[in-house]
Amino acid sequence: MLEGLKEFASEFFVTGDPLIYGAMVAIGITMITIVAVLTYFKKWGWLWRNWLTTVDHKKIGIMYIIASIIMLFRGGVDALMMRLQLAMPNNEFLNPEHYNQVFTTHGTIMILFMAMPFMFGLFNVIVPLQIGARDVAFPFLNALSFWLFFLGAMLFNLSFVIGGSPDAGWLSYPPLSELSHSPGVGQNFYIWGIQISGIGSLATGINFLVTIIKMRAPGMRWMKMPMFTWSVFSTCIIILFAFPILTVTLALLFLDRFAGAHFFTLDLGGNPMMYINLIWMWGHPEVYIVVLPAFGVFSEIVSTFSRKKLFGYKSMVFAMLIISFLSFFTWAHHFFTMGSGADVNAFFAVTTMLIAIPTGVKIFNWLFTMYRGRIRMATPMMWTLAFIPCFIVGGMTGVLLSVAPADFQFHNSYFLIAHFHQVLIGGVVFGYFAGLYYWWPKMFGFQLEEKLGKWAFWTWNIGFYVCFMPQYAVGLMGMTRRLSTYGWDTGWWELNFVSTIGAFLMGVGFLFQVAQIADGIRKYKSLKASADPWDGRTLEWSIPSPAPEYNFAITPRGDDIDEWWEEKERRAKGIYPPEQPLEPIHMPKNSGIPFIMSVFWFIAGFGFVFGWLWMAILGLAGVGICMIARSFSYDTDYYIPVDEIKRTEASLRGSV
Amino acid sequence: MAQAAAKHGENHAHGHDHGHHDPQEMKILGFWFFLISDVILFSVLFATFIVLRDNTAGGPILSELIKMPGVIAETFILLTSSFTSGLAVLAMNQGKVKQLISWLAVTAVLGASFIALEVYEFIELIHEGFSFTTSAASGAFFTLVGTHGLHVSLGLIWMIGLMLQLKKRGITDVTRGKINVISLYWHFLDVVWIFLLSIVYLLGVM
Repeated sequence: MLEGLKEFASEFFVTGDPLIYGAMVAIGITMITIVAVLTYFKKWGWLWRNWLTTVDHKKIGIMYIIASIIMLFRGGVDALMMRLQLAMPNNEFLNPEHYNQVFTTHGTIMILFMAMPFMFGLFNVIVPLQIGARDVAFPFLNALSFWLFFLGAMLFNLSFVIGGSPDAGWLSYPPLSELSHSPGVGQNFYIWGIQISGIGSLATGINFLVTIIKMRAPGMRWMKMPMFTWSVFSTCIIILFAFPILTVTLALLFLDRFAGAHFFTLDLGGNPMMYINLIWMWGHPEVYIVVLPAFGVFSEIVSTFSRKKLFGYKSMVFAMLIISFLSFFTWAHHFFTMGSGADVNAFFAVTTMLIAIPTGVKIFNWLFTMYRGRIRMATPMMWTLAFIPCFIVGGMTGVLLSVAPADFQFHNSYFLIAHFHQVLIGGVVFGYFAGLYYWWPKMFGFQLEEKLGKWAFWTWNIGFYVCFMPQYAVGLMGMTRRLSTYGWDTGWWELNFVSTIGAFLMGVGFLFQVAQIADGIRKYKSLKASADPWDGRTLEWSIPSPAPEYNFAITPRGDDIDEWWEEKERRAKGIYPPEQPLEPIHMPKNSGIPFIMSVFWFIAGFGFVFGWLWMAILGLAGVGICMIARSFSYDTDYYIPVDEIKRTEASLRGSV
Repeated sequence: MAQAAAKHGENHAHGHDHGHHDPQEMKILGFWFFLISDVILFSVLFATFIVLRDNTAGGPILSELIKMPGVIAETFILLTSSFTSGLAVLAMNQGKVKQLISWLAVTAVLGASFIALEVYEFIELIHEGFSFTTSAASGAFFTLVGTHGLHVSLGLIWMIGLMLQLKKRGITDVTRGKINVISLYWHFLDVVWIFLLSIVYLLGVM
């Protein structure tokens, strides 16, 4: 009995690596601390009522961002471990197998569990406020999306200490990801972690499409919509068309591994190329999914901090819609070298290059917005300014890569690694940081002090160039990606060493940000933010910070682009809108079902990972019961009475 | 879109429901978007089937095993069930709750017989040596047709749940929205089946 248990435990838990033992201890201590703190302060009820069951889009947004920052930490530690391993030739810090696991989880976590939730966090907090709505179209579904993402991410992260991490690369190409080459459970964790959170992403896409189409404030016609909302809209269109492809692709891979099918195997007629086409039909649009909202953030910030209307509003909208359309015609540029033939390669090279045009239009629009503006150098604006040169370099190396014949040289080299980190960090991460700093007061009601933020900004930025510029060079010198070690004779070590220093500088930048936030929380009472701390232009700045749960006591109008700015101008001239009586506000009730249903998904996923069918069936049955319970519950909303609105508004504004 | 915007404005002009938006209308729009995602899902499965259908790896070939009479029967049953679900909506619009429930019951019975026939077809194929794991082609066939079957089966459970709700609550704004959504879903499954019939079966035997 005991022997059997021992054997089971040694297979179930990952053993034999001191780094992982350390992580296990750290995870254990953290969990015990969280449970102890919650119990000691009697906060379980508070946690359940205010967070786990909430359907308030602002709280859901905050939870998304917190989860995303934790994942940024984990993905960042993965990155630093890789850079440590590569800092010197013949290094033995990580063995090749462990190195494979680290780069696989780094890529997967950064795109799917860091960038995506950060983006959804910003969607959730800001879109309803910008369009003058009280909520999203489907608040219950919104909570479900979050919990599916969260438990999917937890399932994926569990692979680290239980069963073993995936190691077939962040897109898990077969046959590497097939049973024949990855017989362990790591690949199953990959499939189910992403599958569960992917369902949530698709639901969020649908939710925000309907929200933006149906819930805009009266008067807010399409061409009056704030630019961030436009970017969310075009992103959600891509999500709607791209995510089902991912769902099917992962399901087919799972059927291969679990049920003995032969979609992508090397034997019995399977075709690995089919997988690679499908995964990139999702994967390339995915990078536009994460970058378009960042473009939206930059548009808001450039115009606010230049105190000017955004230059070329219409061209900005069309550029975004064109990017979302073209994003579906570029996928094959990821395998120019796989023998598709000159015609196919030429088509995808041209469509890829075409995307540079609308992107260039946007860059010029931002520059022209700044031209003759009264620019203020607050942190959100600094990140925006840093993004522009970074993205131009990244864009140009992207165009180099899109030239099919040249790509035969760059393919799978560090040149490529440098390129996509430049656009993904310079575009996406800088954009989301800018957005976080910009909307921080609206989320939490206090402002962060800028000093540590500027330290963070400079260490991040210097670290960024120190890290990735050498990688272009080392790539041209022949160093390939996914390489766990190299010899002294290659001549790569100086550049690699410099690159590692840069990576650690970015890590220091992250620590400055953590310090800045901790400092802000400590002093939040003295840092209290007004409703409109940046002198903003769009509707979210017309309500108190943080926004009350019903957002707008009185439904606003949205007749102009930058409606709130125009309203302030009108007020300065003494023109006030007519008084409107308060009315009771219709709100959705909290529900525990999204959380419980996602826990059942987690159980089902865990069962599938280990091939324990009883557990998978139990989990799926739980999911079904939760869906039926939801369908049968009719008492899902309530009204906030006028008195309560008056009280809330008075305490937030001093008067109504 | 323009229409939606106009309606939107109108809602506010009348000022009813305290600036809130018609939830049933939003649910139906959301469901349309869900259906678009389902179209993509099936498209990927169709593409996979088309790419892999000749990769039989020396195993049995689907087109030699298909028995058209069974497939034609399935088609008629499913098309009829789409028609009866339409009759259910008509009954609902006339406010006749009993008739509505009976038409839903007829639809569900037809749906269940479709599933039964499909399962029988699958078992026959497996007996002929054409099973899920035989080859890439067989896996693609069972996954594509099976996904449609799974959709129909989930629709059946959903429909039974809605019949119980109708019995308890009658026709209200909320139940009306739910019936409209499931009838959309049911018609959609019919359309998918037409594609299955043409691409998998008719092109297969031709």
